Amino acid sequence: MRRFFERYDLVDVIMWLIAATIIIAAVLGSVKTIQSGKYSAATWVDLGLSGLTQGSIYALIALGYTMVYGVLRMINFAHSEVFMGGAFIGYFAATGLSTSGFMNENPVLGLIIVFLVAALTSVVIAVMLERVAYRPLRWAPRLVPLITAIGASLFLQYMFRGLFGSQIRSYPPMPRLEGAIELPGGAEMEYVQLLVIVAAALMMLVLYLFVQRTRAGRALRAVSEDKEVAALMGIDVDATIVRTFVIGGAFAGMAGVLYALIYRQITFFMGFIPGIKAFTAAVLGGIGNIPGAMLGGLTLGVTESVGTILFLDGYGVPAPYQLKDGIAFIVLVLILILRPSGILGERLAKTKA
Amino acid sequence: MTTKQASPWGTALRQGITAGAIAVLLALMGMVETFNEKDIIEGVLSLGLLLVVAILVVFGSVTAGAQADARVAVRLAASALTGATTELFLIGLVILGQQVNLRPIFPNASPQLWELLQFGLTQPQSYFAMLGFGAIGGLLGAGLTLLSRRFRGPVIVGVIAVVMIGLLEDLIGITIASNPIFATSPLVETFNEFFLAQGIESGLSKRGAVVVFLVASVLAYSWPLLRSRARSRTQAMPPRRRHGLALAIYGVFVAVLLLLPNVLGPYLTDVSNSVMIFTLMALGLNIVVGFAGLLDLGYVAFFAIGAYSMGILTTTAVGDSSGQIVWGPGFSFWGALPFAVFFSLMAGVLLGIPVLRMRGDYLAIVTLGFGEIVRILALSDALKPFTGGSQGIVEPGLPTLGQVTASLNSQELYYYLLLACVGLVIFIAIRLRDSRQGRSWMAVREDEDVAQAMGVQLVSAKLLAFASGAAMAGLAGAVFASKVGSIYPHSFDLLKSINVLAIVIVGGMGSIPGVILGSLALFGLPELLREFSEYRYFVFGAVLVAMMLTRPEGLLPSAKRKQELHETLAPDGEPPPEIVAAPGGAGSA
Repeated sequence: MRRFFERYDLVDVIMWLIAATIIIAAVLGSVKTIQSGKYSAATWVDLGLSGLTQGSIYALIALGYTMVYGVLRMINFAHSEVFMGGAFIGYFAATGLSTSGFMNENPVLGLIIVFLVAALTSVVIAVMLERVAYRPLRWAPRLVPLITAIGASLFLQYMFRGLFGSQIRSYPPMPRLEGAIELPGGAEMEYVQLLVIVAAALMMLVLYLFVQRTRAGRALRAVSEDKEVAALMGIDVDATIVRTFVIGGAFAGMAGVLYALIYRQITFFMGFIPGIKAFTAAVLGGIGNIPGAMLGGLTLGVTESVGTILFLDGYGVPAPYQLKDGIAFIVLVLILILRPSGILGERLAKTKA
Repeated sequence: MTTKQASPWGTALRQGITAGAIAVLLALMGMVETFNEKDIIEGVLSLGLLLVVAILVVFGSVTAGAQADARVAVRLAASALTGATTELFLIGLVILGQQVNLRPIFPNASPQLWELLQFGLTQPQSYFAMLGFGAIGGLLGAGLTLLSRRFRGPVIVGVIAVVMIGLLEDLIGITIASNPIFATSPLVETFNEFFLAQGIESGLSKRGAVVVFLVASVLAYSWPLLRSRARSRTQAMPPRRRHGLALAIYGVFVAVLLLLPNVLGPYLTDVSNSVMIFTLMALGLNIVVGFAGLLDLGYVAFFAIGAYSMGILTTTAVGDSSGQIVWGPGFSFWGALPFAVFFSLMAGVLLGIPVLRMRGDYLAIVTLGFGEIVRILALSDALKPFTGGSQGIVEPGLPTLGQVTASLNSQELYYYLLLACVGLVIFIAIRLRDSRQGRSWMAVREDEDVAQAMGVQLVSAKLLAFASGAAMAGLAGAVFASKVGSIYPHSFDLLKSINVLAIVIVGGMGSIPGVILGSLALFGLPELLREFSEYRYFVFGAVLVAMMLTRPEGLLPSAKRKQELHETLAPDGEPPPEIVAAPGGAGSA
């Protein structure tokens, strides 16, 4: 017995037991659900599509978390408010364009303007955040910037509430985005979903090329590798950090509009849940790793959407969709137990996580 | 890096622009207008006006303070420029607001706000008045920096005293008037007439404000002298008498606490009860965050588990109909209390195990997730038969104790119960802090790897921190459930965790007096100022950020924590050498 404990840490054993229990429960649940035959293939496709859509948005937000983590080694808790801010100001742009009739005449241009307004807002918020709250604390003990980020998140949420009121606002209907495509087998894909998936894929492709192929992208990678050495190599670290916040902010702002196009409704509190999910996605993919954030977002979106029904319905749990958010957190705990470096995070595991 | 001395006017303009942006933000958020309804000094100073004045004074003093080498006239003029620039922003806002209807976007941009910002004057004069007002506000700020240190402190204390008493005037008035001991005394009537605003007005009377200001300033001025004199006198005493004196002071303190409900009346006693529940939670979180340095954002989960345990074990609403839960043994309050604490403690261990290997950021987010999972589960239909879903649990047990409690009303009953709990928990916290375990927590807080190398058992240290913190939250939750009389999932949202965290951080991480001060300032005060609850979390957020930027150790720090937080905080923003030497060292988990 004693030898066993010497070889395997008791904590490890318990953690593996917890993980194994959760996984076995999930597999058993899936088998039961599928055996019950309650859901048709089309339903699963629908669920998968909505998971992909949701996951694309998570991925876009997760990029902001992951890039900031890469350069500053901190969770930017207020990133969810950067996302919310974009959706909020985007709403005013969308409503303005809708009521003036511009949106009906030039739907594509109108939508692009809304995206740009949202992205610009989020960039401004993100850069201000870096300047006011994070830059002075770059060398402080780790707990300090973390608490600052929580404070900033609270501040921004309630600032928006104070400025624009606490009521739920609804995005105006967008021309050309109503309706759905019929897929073979009875499943449907809404135009909005198509837009979200395509837009997210395009944006991530652009980001990937930027990071891999440009000088600024190389600087960014160097800074996330090692700030001091990067500075010695003549890279302007401050400028690179600001650039990171700009990119993360722009992506979050556009994700905010995409989110609002799907769910239609925005409130000052809307950033919280997507923000946490996106962080989970970033950890899932391997924090600090850009392709990882994309992969993590999609995986989490699909797991959440399909998995909630798949894992739980077989047990006869009433209203399993209520537990959707819980599933995401359990995935997070599982990943941190089984593979703290995330799906793609091997190289980073030791130094960064 | 050479720091270039900026010209005074450039600094003044920059500060003015920042202040102006803040003033416009607060005005558009409706803070100025809402705060204006509350008078601090009858007919002279409202809270809304005070808000604007405070911005002017603070930024005016920053401008003047940044020009320490300049001549006095330059400093004064620069501060006046800052103030005037600030008001220029407000003038711009007023002009814009009168041309364009901003209300579809900013619901608070009302004509009343413009009128208020213009001091009720008409167009051209009002702009001059606003500029002059701004300049005077800036000058006041500069004046503060010109005062010598000895006078500045007392003046600030005097102003704070006037503001606090003015804010709470109506409560003081009502409490005195409704108290059976005081209400009949003629002395009280003259006191009321002298100090407090009469009729529907709120705030202090003018002479009341002057008296409060003078008394508070004089006290603050002579405080260092009094303290040193008292200290030298006690040091001259023989140890035995000193001990006796300390005991006597404690005795008086306890007696005051015991008699307090008779003075406070039912409403304020109830508020103190809520404050004490938060103090209990904060003391527990202080062990986790303050002592052991583990940031827990899902702390409310343990509070919820304590509350639900109490609810399920004691409720009498058991059965199959709606509003009832299917199972409940119907224990008494006292029978269920140990179980509630025990279940929370076990939940603390259970959460502790998976997060043992995580640090800082990961820990924060996983605990946050845990808190949300508990709330989601409590709210879900899946567990509805046991937790009542969104309808919650009603009729939890009451802490009756035969003859002793029969003579007390319910607020007093919970007051004494909570007072006993807080006393017990403070005792436990102090003993834990000074124990071997406490020292190993602090070692873990400073550096996990070094602590482990020195022989600290990380696993047991962390689990014990989580468990004892959770047990205290469970105790708070159990009493909370009984006190409120119903348990709903919505009482256990993230904001509660954040509120408790803010208490611990603002009070001073790791400092027990700090935690008590924190819960009075960040829970007691907002409870008393319910009419401004809309801005509660906005202010919290701002306070958290400001605190971390300027004074990360909190208001009443523990000496050790203060030292730690300043060790790695280089004053000029340059990395201290030890961090440069080991860049990845602090960041591995």
